[in-house]
Amino acid sequence: MNIVVCVKHVPDASSDRRFDGSDNTVDRVGVDGLLSELDEYAVEAALQIAEASEDAGSQVTVLTMGPENASNAVRKALQMGAHQGVHVADEQIHGSDALASSLVLATAIEKIGESGQVDVVLCGMASTDGSMGVVPAMLAERLGLPQVTVVSQVQVDGHTVTARRDGDAATETVEATAPLVLSVTDQSNEPRYPSFKGIMAAKKKPVESWSLADLGLSPDDVGLSAAWSRVESFAERPPRSAGTIVADEGDGAAKLVEFLASQKFI
Amino acid sequence: MTEILVLVDHVDGAVKKTTSELLTLARRLGEPSAVFFGSGAADAAPALGRFGAAKVYAIDDESVGAFLVAPKAEALAQLVESTSPAAVLVPSYAEGKEIAGRLAVKTGSGLIVDAVDVEAGASEDAAPVTTQSVFAGSYTVRATVTKGTSIITVKPNSVTPEEAEGAATVEPVSVTISDTAKTAKILSSNPREQTGRPELTEAAIVVSGGRGTGGNFESVEAFADSLGAAVGASRAAVDAGWYPHSYQIGQTGKTVSPQLYIAAGISGAIQHRAGMQTAKTIVAINKDDEAPIFELVDFGVVGDLQQVLPAATDAVTKHKS
Repeated sequence: MNIVVCVKHVPDASSDRRFDGSDNTVDRVGVDGLLSELDEYAVEAALQIAEASEDAGSQVTVLTMGPENASNAVRKALQMGAHQGVHVADEQIHGSDALASSLVLATAIEKIGESGQVDVVLCGMASTDGSMGVVPAMLAERLGLPQVTVVSQVQVDGHTVTARRDGDAATETVEATAPLVLSVTDQSNEPRYPSFKGIMAAKKKPVESWSLADLGLSPDDVGLSAAWSRVESFAERPPRSAGTIVADEGDGAAKLVEFLASQKFI
Repeated sequence: MTEILVLVDHVDGAVKKTTSELLTLARRLGEPSAVFFGSGAADAAPALGRFGAAKVYAIDDESVGAFLVAPKAEALAQLVESTSPAAVLVPSYAEGKEIAGRLAVKTGSGLIVDAVDVEAGASEDAAPVTTQSVFAGSYTVRATVTKGTSIITVKPNSVTPEEAEGAATVEPVSVTISDTAKTAKILSSNPREQTGRPELTEAAIVVSGGRGTGGNFESVEAFADSLGAAVGASRAAVDAGWYPHSYQIGQTGKTVSPQLYIAAGISGAIQHRAGMQTAKTIVAINKDDEAPIFELVDFGVVGDLQQVLPAATDAVTKHKS
């Protein structure tokens, strides 16, 4: 099994996330970042599939795109146990939207496939910053592969993948044959913590850095100037005005219901 | 008049409220045409016409229910090709976003996801302007699509549906679905259990419970029922196995924008805020007076929810009778 896991380096949700006013993009450099939490489930799923595979030479390649510090996301995945990394780093990528990002990732996956067919492309269900949840579907579209996404249980038997998708209105069982694109939810597994050994070993694992030119892509295809959509303006939401807080001294419920009635909710 | 395609959200022909919201928004941009997948378009047409749908494109291809996402995207792309709409509005549920994503790639169009508002552009030819709420609701962003057709997914509860008469003429559309789109086979589909409560993302009032329930959701459910509300849960409660994942509110669960959100025993971590911060009115009940949820509330009670909620349930019931 040859598995590629797409991961994203995102601004830490507990830090002060913000926009860069000069070009209305997400500030990815001036804030603390980390491997998107939801991508840890994808890395774990990839490792589990590789470990369960009869093919002893199973390889997990972690793929990311973004500025210099995005390599932190690759390193974390390597520490967890992925075998090698690819980082598409190019200044021209800055400001890429989901369409451009999926183009870069799909092209990189095709290039990785030149040295051996990629059987599974794994993604998290969404990033924790843009949280659009569309890139896995776009990758399936661009690569012409089956899309088995937003699944919370995965079974691999040879090249047949069966998965449980907890949809909005129904729970579905989906089946497809590799090569395919798979995205997993935070219900799918329990991501492992890097061991000390894993952390040491990661330092020796190969990480290739590719530019757009390496992928045969032109700067006109990606980045802010080529984006398919544009942020016209952004505004920080005004802080909510301080509400009324009462301590329950036996009358908390009455005061609560009084408030609900005053707001016409009952 | 400019045509706007609206993807209909329905369960076995019963049109959901999100569809009337999308039709209402579509009328700001042009003349809405509903796109209905599956059988039963004729039965659904009156409900679509009531909110201004001039046409109902009925796509009843057997591949649509048999394979995941891809056939719908392909069919929609063919309809976009033949009708050249100014915009396509899609409901923001997981599958809707995926359909929209593939449609954007297929048609070389820009995509905006999770809009909470859509307005017409400044001039007749200008693309619609969307509003999104991002970074756990801490920023609002206005954006436009700059290439191709504007493809926009819209969150439930973004607008109050307004009725307007539409002809809702049903036009059957035949589509050609490629073999590539028929590769992720749906072996079985079990509809979600009906609770008798409103759907979480559509509900006007949501009462949700967290770690502070200690696993006992009875008082949360009873209070919700007294208000006619939906029930939600925090990630902590779901991870503990106290409530099903399909009710989880937050970054990795559902996003809700109800008129009233009541958080019981939920501390209000950033992951949770991401799913509820756009609620109009927020109420919290929590033992810990330093819980971050109190920074968001319009009204808060510091106290034990197992004491407060049953008493409040009685008081609401009494008030209503």
